[in-house]
Amino acid sequence: MPNGNPENTKFKETRVWEILAEIPDPEIPVLTILDLGIVRKVEFHDEKPIITITPTYSGCPAMQRFEKDIVEAMEQNGFEGTEVPMIYEPAWTTDWITEKGRRKLKEYGIAPPEETTANKKALFFENDIVTVTCPRCNSKNTKLESQFGSTACKALYKCNDCLEPFEYFKCL
Amino acid sequence: MKKDLYNFAIRMGDTSWILSHRLCELCSYGPFLEEDLAMTNIGLDHIGQSEEWLKYAAELSDENIDADFLAYRRKEKEYRNVQLVEFPNEDFAYVVVRQFFMDVYNYLLYSKLTNSKDTTFAAIAQKSLKEVRYHLRHSSNWMVRLGDGTSESHERLQNAVNDLWFYTGDLFVMPESEQNLAKDGIIPDLAGLESDWNKMVMEVFNEAGMQKPEYEVLASGSFDGQHTEYMGFMLCEFQYLPNMLQDAKW
Repeated sequence: MPNGNPENTKFKETRVWEILAEIPDPEIPVLTILDLGIVRKVEFHDEKPIITITPTYSGCPAMQRFEKDIVEAMEQNGFEGTEVPMIYEPAWTTDWITEKGRRKLKEYGIAPPEETTANKKALFFENDIVTVTCPRCNSKNTKLESQFGSTACKALYKCNDCLEPFEYFKCL
Repeated sequence: MKKDLYNFAIRMGDTSWILSHRLCELCSYGPFLEEDLAMTNIGLDHIGQSEEWLKYAAELSDENIDADFLAYRRKEKEYRNVQLVEFPNEDFAYVVVRQFFMDVYNYLLYSKLTNSKDTTFAAIAQKSLKEVRYHLRHSSNWMVRLGDGTSESHERLQNAVNDLWFYTGDLFVMPESEQNLAKDGIIPDLAGLESDWNKMVMEVFNEAGMQKPEYEVLASGSFDGQHTEYMGFMLCEFQYLPNMLQDAKW
């Protein structure tokens, strides 16, 4: 295939987005990395695919796994030598989780983030004023148990109506 | 200039790195399950932040090194972390106060660094600031809960405040290399940060019923590679494996 043909490049990029749409999050397997909104850019430098991602939390151990999974999925689809650079700016926000991603989270039993980060004024004693909805019974009568859960991105909640504990994907 | 940037990146990276080590020591030793998770989660954020700073420091260095080298292969004098983070997890009150002092500091420092003229500094700050907000809310809640709790918890928290206050002076000392960076708009004036830090800390102290201790002199010297007696023991522990097995890989 000729180098630098714009139509050809466009075609390849579309193909890459399709491949990425199949890669699950290692910790929350119902979400794909596109649902999570961590892929910022897909480009080709000459023939080399460059897929730029952004970390969710700085120390998130899933990030190295993402990189490996992306390179492997690309290889399986005939793209060699993929590079996966990471950028920190603009910083990832839960606002980038897609609508579909939010729905899938709820079905999986994790309450999706409730508010946008833009109007967040929580600091010090002003606890988040958000009302988290129980993903099981949809009750709004829920209680924060701990701001930190089984992974960096989740908090622990309890539903006062159905009495089930559940996880909440907290805003960032 | 490059050397100054390197020094500051090392200072930030080392501070997060040593603090993360202390926090991760609490893994399976937390006072209860949720707190165990919280401390290790915060530790994980600090490992991540540290990696970002040390990666950048490695890029700025003239030598052919990487973030792992900086984390695991240096000698005690070459670490530039603030001394406060070395203090051991003696009592849960010490864990809380150490974290609270650092969270207020990081919150203020990262807020300013988001406007840094160095784009990598600004990017790391923007990312870290989001995480630090959660840390600060957590530690300030604990300050009030323990300070305003029982007479026992109040007394133990005050003891920790009295001991750890000595190390807070070190947070605001600016060596020449950092003064250069401040002049160029790359980092904020740390001396200016001190009054904001005091204000925020006092706000929580008032709520928690804590008294500000009086010291004639406060510790300093971390920028010069001076450490508390605890540092060597920590290095022995986390450098043991990389020293034993030079090519060890995950």
